[in-house]
Amino acid sequence: MTAAIETERSGLVGYLTAEVSRSPTQASLQRLYFGCRRFAQNPLAMVGFFVLVALILIAVFAPWIAPFPMNEQNLQTRLLWPSADHLFGTDELGRDIFSRVVYGSRITLQITCLVAVIAAPIGLLVGTVSGYFGGWTDTIMMRLTDVFLSFPPLILALGFVAALGPGIRNAVIAIALTVWPPIARLARAETLTVRSSDYIAAIRAQGAPAWRVVVKHVMPMCLSSVIIRITLNMAGIILTAAALGFLGLGAQPPMPEWGAMLSTGRQYLLGSWFLAAAPGLAIVVVSLGFNLFGDGLRDVLDPRDE
Amino acid sequence: MAVTDVSRKALAQSKLPPWAWDAWRIGSSAVVTLLGLLALTFFMGRMLPIDPVIAIVGEQADASTYDMVYKQLGLDKPLYVQFGYFMRDMMSGNFGNALFTGNKVSDDLMRVFPATIELATIAITIGVSFGVPIGVLAAVYRGSPIDHFARILGLLGYSVPTFWSGLMGLVLFYAVLGWVSGPGRLDVFYIDVVDRVTGLMLIDAAIAGEWEVWRNVFSHIILPASILSFNAMAFISRLTRSFMLAQLSQEYILAARVKGLSKWEVIRKHAFRNIAVQLVTVISLAYVILLEGAVVTETVFAWPGFGRYLVSGLLAGDMNAVLACVLIVGTLFITINLFCDLLYRILDPRTR
Repeated sequence: MTAAIETERSGLVGYLTAEVSRSPTQASLQRLYFGCRRFAQNPLAMVGFFVLVALILIAVFAPWIAPFPMNEQNLQTRLLWPSADHLFGTDELGRDIFSRVVYGSRITLQITCLVAVIAAPIGLLVGTVSGYFGGWTDTIMMRLTDVFLSFPPLILALGFVAALGPGIRNAVIAIALTVWPPIARLARAETLTVRSSDYIAAIRAQGAPAWRVVVKHVMPMCLSSVIIRITLNMAGIILTAAALGFLGLGAQPPMPEWGAMLSTGRQYLLGSWFLAAAPGLAIVVVSLGFNLFGDGLRDVLDPRDE
Repeated sequence: MAVTDVSRKALAQSKLPPWAWDAWRIGSSAVVTLLGLLALTFFMGRMLPIDPVIAIVGEQADASTYDMVYKQLGLDKPLYVQFGYFMRDMMSGNFGNALFTGNKVSDDLMRVFPATIELATIAITIGVSFGVPIGVLAAVYRGSPIDHFARILGLLGYSVPTFWSGLMGLVLFYAVLGWVSGPGRLDVFYIDVVDRVTGLMLIDAAIAGEWEVWRNVFSHIILPASILSFNAMAFISRLTRSFMLAQLSQEYILAARVKGLSKWEVIRKHAFRNIAVQLVTVISLAYVILLEGAVVTETVFAWPGFGRYLVSGLLAGDMNAVLACVLIVGTLFITINLFCDLLYRILDPRTR
């Protein structure tokens, strides 16, 4: 045993590629390392990854990247065609479209993160409680989930926005309400496989109350698949948010939200199509990035296709 | 679960065929979901920040008028009684009046729905006639350029918002190339030339024999339908590919080949026939998903259909119209799911 370890490579790579892991930390780090290597071998997934990194960097450093403030109007330079000064041209109030698209990345990122942060815990809670307790609790909660699933997401979001009123905060709530049901389904399925395992029986035998078993021992087991699922959903969240903005029910102008910008650009479509083209292209690139990243992630973690 | 076991046994002893049990179970769960749907829409209506009485009588109404309308709307009754009224109205198709059009919501819906059905039907036809062959080819020639093309198509279908591709399509095909007509269902010049029979203008024009009108309607519908179909095409081709791959890896395919059938004969007569039921369910689901896409596509193309009606209702804050639309789409969704589920069980012997 000791002889085998001595012949292995030393340093970090050695630690990560060791045949026998000596601690749980090492084992999980190794899994992560091999997962990343697999992911890096998939060029499309890497493209998605770089798009996401770029999105985050652009959102963080927006004031330094954007050449103009996002709401600086100049009516003398309105509807200018793309040029060196204004990469994507200027809009109907003479605002630089490139700068607005750059600032818009902040809103998009904010919406997706907020939706994920709201929807994931709801889905996780409903799914684990439903799966762990079973019986009537399960039946009622899953019927409720079915009701939410029986709408196409955008229609349901529109219904909630109608009830809550337009605006970016309500759009986030409305989208989150459409995102949690599939997560609950997933968490329930995971819980059902965990529930009957021996370690849960052991914890219960020690007298742990049900809520403690669910929160401390079932939820952590479901967490990773929930996170993956929500990453896969991100592109859909972005498109729904943009659609709400486009319909005038999400973020309101003068906010540089991409969907809302598109909606304004629509009025100048035939003369100055770049008003609508630029924010739309940003939506396409970002949702494509999320889709590629999500596909790659799924290939690594769920290699059923091979 | 004991209850279901007992009734399952009772059923097994009776002379009913085994699928009847499935049908009852699926049907009853659909009814429960439908009730939930009604409850959810009722709840949405209650969340409204606007006072429904003021929406009708206006801000200047005196207290006695206010009270009268308040009672008429049943707002003085307990919540469960109100829900009872709501259910009764919705079940009988009485959705109330749409404040922004002044008509009954049910009349409005009868008027706008054919426009959407026409659009969605053409879109699904395009989606199926491209999506299925692409999916089959991608599976048969796995890893070839056509497979990569299908993958890119699928990714774009999931990533490109229809409101953007619609606007860009208008710029390119209408403004620059002039291949198609612009927004709307037909040119002003042709409005009311053809009598309304079915509400589907292509069919109405064909019945009347007005081929000039037919061509005009077609030039209006082809672009929005193509844009709308893109999403469905991506969905259909992706699933066709994975169904087909699952079949092609089976041993019976090899056996059929060994017996001397040609490659395409095997694919057509054996593999494709086996995925046909799955495809029908996917296509019906895609059709409902198109209704969702129709909301934005119709807004882009000023298409006087269901989606645009819903959005106008939303922007006007007209809860009657919105709730009716949401409820109808939800009901359609449940019905189609139910239909697929039953179809699966009846047509596919493996699920018995």
